[in-house]
Amino acid sequence: MPSPRWFAIGREPPPRRRNVLALLSFLLPLLLWSAVSYVPWIWHPLMRVNDAGTVEWFKPGLLVERAVFAEENAKAVTAGGRAATGERANPVFLPPPHAVGRALWTAFTTKPVLRDELWLHQSLLLSIRTIFLGFMLSSLFGVPLGILCGAYPPVARLFEPVIDFVRYMPAPAFGALAVAVLDIYAAPKIAIIVIGTFFQQVLVIANTVRRHDPALIEAAQTLGAGPRKLLLHVIIPSCLVDLYNDQRILLGWAWTYLIVAEVVGVSTGITFFIGQQAKYRNFDNVYAAIIIIGIIGLVTDQGLAFVGRRIFPWQPRAPSRLNAFLSLLGRKGGKTA
Amino acid sequence: MNPPDANSDYRRQAPAVAERFQKLKQRPVVLEVRDLTRTFVTATGEEVVALRSLNFSTYRREFMCLIGPSGCGKSTLIRLLAGLDEPTSGQVLLDGASVQGPCAARGMVFQGYTLFPWRTVLKNVMFGLLMQGRNHDTAKSEALQWLDLVGLAKFKDAYPHQLSGGMKQRVAIARALATNPRILLMDEPFGALDAQTRAQMQEYLLQIWRNVDVTILFITHDLDEATYLADRILVLKAHPGEVQEIIEVPVPRPRSQAQFATPEFLATRRRIDELIHPPVKSTGEKLPIVRLTVVGDDVE
Ligand SMILES: Nc1ncnc2c1ncn2[C@@H]1O[C@H](COP(=O)(O)OP(=O)(O)OP(=O)(O)O)[C@@H](O)[C@H]1O
Ligand SMILES: [Mg+2]
Repeated sequence: MPSPRWFAIGREPPPRRRNVLALLSFLLPLLLWSAVSYVPWIWHPLMRVNDAGTVEWFKPGLLVERAVFAEENAKAVTAGGRAATGERANPVFLPPPHAVGRALWTAFTTKPVLRDELWLHQSLLLSIRTIFLGFMLSSLFGVPLGILCGAYPPVARLFEPVIDFVRYMPAPAFGALAVAVLDIYAAPKIAIIVIGTFFQQVLVIANTVRRHDPALIEAAQTLGAGPRKLLLHVIIPSCLVDLYNDQRILLGWAWTYLIVAEVVGVSTGITFFIGQQAKYRNFDNVYAAIIIIGIIGLVTDQGLAFVGRRIFPWQPRAPSRLNAFLSLLGRKGGKTA
Repeated sequence: MNPPDANSDYRRQAPAVAERFQKLKQRPVVLEVRDLTRTFVTATGEEVVALRSLNFSTYRREFMCLIGPSGCGKSTLIRLLAGLDEPTSGQVLLDGASVQGPCAARGMVFQGYTLFPWRTVLKNVMFGLLMQGRNHDTAKSEALQWLDLVGLAKFKDAYPHQLSGGMKQRVAIARALATNPRILLMDEPFGALDAQTRAQMQEYLLQIWRNVDVTILFITHDLDEATYLADRILVLKAHPGEVQEIIEVPVPRPRSQAQFATPEFLATRRRIDELIHPPVKSTGEKLPIVRLTVVGDDVE
């Protein structure tokens, strides 16, 4: 069988190829990072001093620019001294993958530097709590209002102009105000997440609901559904899948407000952790923390996608990778049992 | 079988057929349309008269087909009858009472199926019953009976996307009938189906109609379909949409596909054809001839 063409517009590649591509999408950046980190002649703009020789201010482990290193060595040699030795190195802000890998591990297992500082997982939990509360609070009002705006044009006419106006104001601009009103602890941070999410949420949800299929409404009307029942029994269920996916995207949106939210008032959570680690120049920890945020985001999103496919069985979709995997496990288990 | 008789008149009815029509017309009128006019105003401000002064009525348990050239206002009319659109003037009467807005007494089956994708087949059929305030268990048992009637009880737990077009349309019919409408309005319900499925669906529909106390108004632009299904055919003309003729189909019931070649069938069909495809008057205008082919054997 001839293998399908790689470039055909709109054509999904076969499953095996899809998996390979998904793997490559992570592997390629990692490969690039490894190359820059481990192949000495790629980039490596600095020299790490091994033996200081007779250069006064060199110390083993010190990082100096290559030009400076050569210059100092030349000076030392002409002065009759011993040249320093060293190896090419990258700046501290680019730790190699293995260092970040190690940091990922040690971040959870080492004690914080100061006594009243938090462990990484504690910082993370704090951040997740902020996001969760902020997003829930926003959704509590944003989703119903969005649905009403989408379903009833007069409601949209009343709310959407002012929401359109407010959403262009950057959420961080409300930081000082939030602190003044809500004190300096968790509340103003949650407020920033809410402000950042809510206005977009209303508009996004309203737009989705507005795109409902009018033919379904008409069908329901000829079956005797009154105006109030239409909203609950036709409009909302017909948009449910899209609303769910909107919420997934909006949750990602909320995450991007986390960093600005957490510097409001007393800096806390993962932002504080990253700040501290950067201050100590533990950049491997900084990367570890950033990667963990990414992993949490990806896992949440894929988890929600997976759950979505389960709770909306009417979608004519190909089963997800995770789904296929689980059903495979199920079949294996069934056979052995 | 008789050869098609060129002189056979679609108005000539066998005694049994004539008697049937007599009985039919003694039945109460279910739906009456009085002076119905619908004018649209286009985006450019022009007025388009889609329907002008329509008058007709249908009798109880009658099967009426509505046929006419494209754009003559068939869909507009059926939407007015269903209450999904408002007439510019005129009235729609159901059992003698003027109606406004949609309700379950006028069921509708659309060309695009319009099943609720998030509901299983059974729950689709239950929808109207639940909207009428039936409790869940009654609605379920009634819906199951309707699914039995359209032969889809096996598929009660399937979702619409798992069904073929014909099956979807049978579900849609069951769903519309479940609320016991006085009249079932169907807008080209089989238009999207292939010829074979379509013939089968016509068969099903006649069977269902025979067993249910419902009047059917059926839009089609297929001459055979109209002749095969209808007691009477309402032929519309376009621009503006007006009633051109109401044909009493002289083909006896029960109908079968074998009747397609009978003289009364062909005569009826020919008459509708004349009405909706008037002979094209040659304007004497010729298209400029540009040869775009290199095949030179002039077989064409
Ligand atoms: N919303 C509208 N606004 C303006 N004109 C309309 C509108 N709806 C229908 N019309 C016009 O009314 C006329 C009748 O349309 P309609 O859809 O009822 O025709 P139809 O008989 O159902 O045609 P078809 O056989 O193609 O389905 C057309 O000329 C159409 O352009
Ligand atoms: Mg139409």
